[in-house]
Amino acid sequence: MDFDLSEEQQLLKDSVGRLLADHSSFEQRQANRREAEGWSRALWAKYAELGILGLSFEEKHGGLSAGPVETMVVMEALGRALALEPYLATVVLAGGLIRHAGSDAQKSTLVPKIADGSLTLALAHGERQARYELADVATTAKKDGDVWVIDGEKGVVLHGDSADKLIVSARISGSRRDRDGIGLFLVDANASGIVRRGYPTVDGLRAAEIAFTGVRVKADAALGTPGKAFAAIERVVDEAIAALAAESIGVMSVMHEATVEYLKTRKQFGTTIGAFQVLQHRSVDMLIALEQARSMAYYATMMAAEPDAAERRKAMAAAKVQIGRSGKFVGQQAIQLHGGIGMTDEYKVGHYFKRMTMIDTLFGPADHHLRALAATEGLVEA
Amino acid sequence: MDLRFTPEEIAFRDEVRAFFKTSVPEVVRRKMTEGHHLAKEDFVSWQRILNKRGWATPNWSPEWGGTGWSPVQQYFFLDEMQQAPAPPPLQFGVSMLGPVLIAFGNEKQKKHFLPRIANLDDWWCQGFSEPGAGSDLASLRTSAKRDGDHYVVNGQKTWTTLAQHADWIFCLVRTDPAAKKQEGISFLLIDMKSKGVTVRPIITIDGGHEVNEVFFDDVRVPVENLVGQENKGWDYAKFLLGNERVGIARVGVTKERIRRLKHLARGERDGDRPMIEDQGFRERLASVEIELKALEMTQLRVVASEKNRKDKKPDPASSILKIKGSELQQAVTELAMELVGPYAMPAPDELDEGSNEPPIGPDWAETVAPVYFNWRKISIYGGSNEIQKNIIAKAILGL
Repeated sequence: MDFDLSEEQQLLKDSVGRLLADHSSFEQRQANRREAEGWSRALWAKYAELGILGLSFEEKHGGLSAGPVETMVVMEALGRALALEPYLATVVLAGGLIRHAGSDAQKSTLVPKIADGSLTLALAHGERQARYELADVATTAKKDGDVWVIDGEKGVVLHGDSADKLIVSARISGSRRDRDGIGLFLVDANASGIVRRGYPTVDGLRAAEIAFTGVRVKADAALGTPGKAFAAIERVVDEAIAALAAESIGVMSVMHEATVEYLKTRKQFGTTIGAFQVLQHRSVDMLIALEQARSMAYYATMMAAEPDAAERRKAMAAAKVQIGRSGKFVGQQAIQLHGGIGMTDEYKVGHYFKRMTMIDTLFGPADHHLRALAATEGLVEA
Repeated sequence: MDLRFTPEEIAFRDEVRAFFKTSVPEVVRRKMTEGHHLAKEDFVSWQRILNKRGWATPNWSPEWGGTGWSPVQQYFFLDEMQQAPAPPPLQFGVSMLGPVLIAFGNEKQKKHFLPRIANLDDWWCQGFSEPGAGSDLASLRTSAKRDGDHYVVNGQKTWTTLAQHADWIFCLVRTDPAAKKQEGISFLLIDMKSKGVTVRPIITIDGGHEVNEVFFDDVRVPVENLVGQENKGWDYAKFLLGNERVGIARVGVTKERIRRLKHLARGERDGDRPMIEDQGFRERLASVEIELKALEMTQLRVVASEKNRKDKKPDPASSILKIKGSELQQAVTELAMELVGPYAMPAPDELDEGSNEPPIGPDWAETVAPVYFNWRKISIYGGSNEIQKNIIAKAILGL
């Protein structure tokens, strides 16, 4: 049992941290939001140079064969920088599906392009009526000779507006909430029959509503066996929750550090406001919430590769509850303790709070996962 | 970074688990599970079993009877003991005084007292708090004036846990009234049988008698009972209070309580269904389990970092363990109150084990409310949670 990073992991942490400090300060980040795609292709190229876009793919396909700990290190750094780039969408979500469901041929074609930054992806899975139920897929894929024809609407597809390719989930059999009968298809984002409506999200990132009307893809566009995709989707969402837990540690850390710094410099009543015990204790409560969340991010990371899906799901549900609750508390108190300045768009803390709030929403907020965990035997075994 | 334990560590955990399973006297285990107070004999008989096994004082240095366990082994020992459930070795001797004597006592004191602490031949209690010195411990006023080969001690200690069983008390006393607050305090060992020592019980809101007032009226204490140097007692007290890092969160205790709650909730009915099927109850339980898992991981982070520690200074992270650990222990007592429902109300006069009266309501109900009230102490003792927050604000956040 060991919580230290290995030498290579520490090196990764340092180099990602340095890259983001040099090229993604808060001011640069705000400027990058105004780029055409809402994020920086130049920075994305630097991610590629550093190797983090190919991080978790196998070496034989052009990746680095790194594990969940490396993803955690990267995501925490991206959280600290409040990164805008489609790392979660391309590498963790779509990349994860390619890793778990893709054929050798698909991996050999796609991974090198992901790794070198020339290909971005998005996972078009969620639908409006599904809310957070992963098996709820109304979009259909029907066989027509040797092509699949996809019809349906996907909502809040992270970075779906700028993605070069989409991985879309579609039902080939069964009823709307069946776990069986879901397929995954890799489609060109500009294919005929796809209409994308991109928009900024509250946290300054991007997403899209995507309509598929008679979109035709060849049989070899299927990732894995059509109809058997649910396990891979569930697994990748679990990996994404672990990654978001790590990102949220970066986000919360910055909010907490900024708050403590503010308490040490802001003067009122002739003294720094950090001299007031009520504010000291509040900032300690924030620290405790952050450390509890950090512990759960570690736990999620170490459970992300757990083969027993039920155990893995419980761990991710628990982690999602903890980061959701801790994040809400740390974020709200960061604003509160900054006072008026915390309310301004110009100052960074509010932007971190907004990202934290969106992280809670992604893949189900704390209450959703609490209900899910409460439906199991729980974490303390009988 | 790796959550897994080594095969040796797992083997060790299994060994202590098996030991606790077979060696804790049934009466002790039952009282612990059901929330009854332990009798003095319960502590003594259990600690002697531990001592015979060589496990009464794992935290001591090996030359004085410690086990030389790694932080992970220490952690497993405490965690398994808490989950058994079994009482820890009497903390006033084993966790508090023993390490102080080993670090600061003289050879004669070590040779005489340490084996007697290990075997619970001497029952020690802690004389720190006073009516005017609680969280602000350094404002204590009990005085010790040198008179030849003796100190003459006058004053009052309070909240003295289980002093009614005690043979000895280790006290912080003021030996230099002119010095600044923290200076001028000495660490003195006092025989409870000395003339002028009076113990008076304090009954707490749960109706129990755990704590006492101890009065000193011209008590003559041989100077050889001074630990370390005169007027350096505050340093020893800080050492003592910062000593326990592993186990302070009592995660194992809360786990055992949750297990019992789940067991009881299967049997307790609300109309047609058992309480374990109540959605609200399940969600509140799950909430506590999540926080507990996080705390367990936080605790493991502290355990794992022990190997990187160069100094013996208190780790401010232990304040986090104390705060969160106390909150969760208290949270499970609230869940037990919810579970027991209306049968939280009866308060029979006789709560002793072995009463022949049939129980009122569920046979596990009578201790639920007393434990709920009693466990409010957990966020107060050992430095209240508010004091812990002051420590964190200063030591970690630099405020």
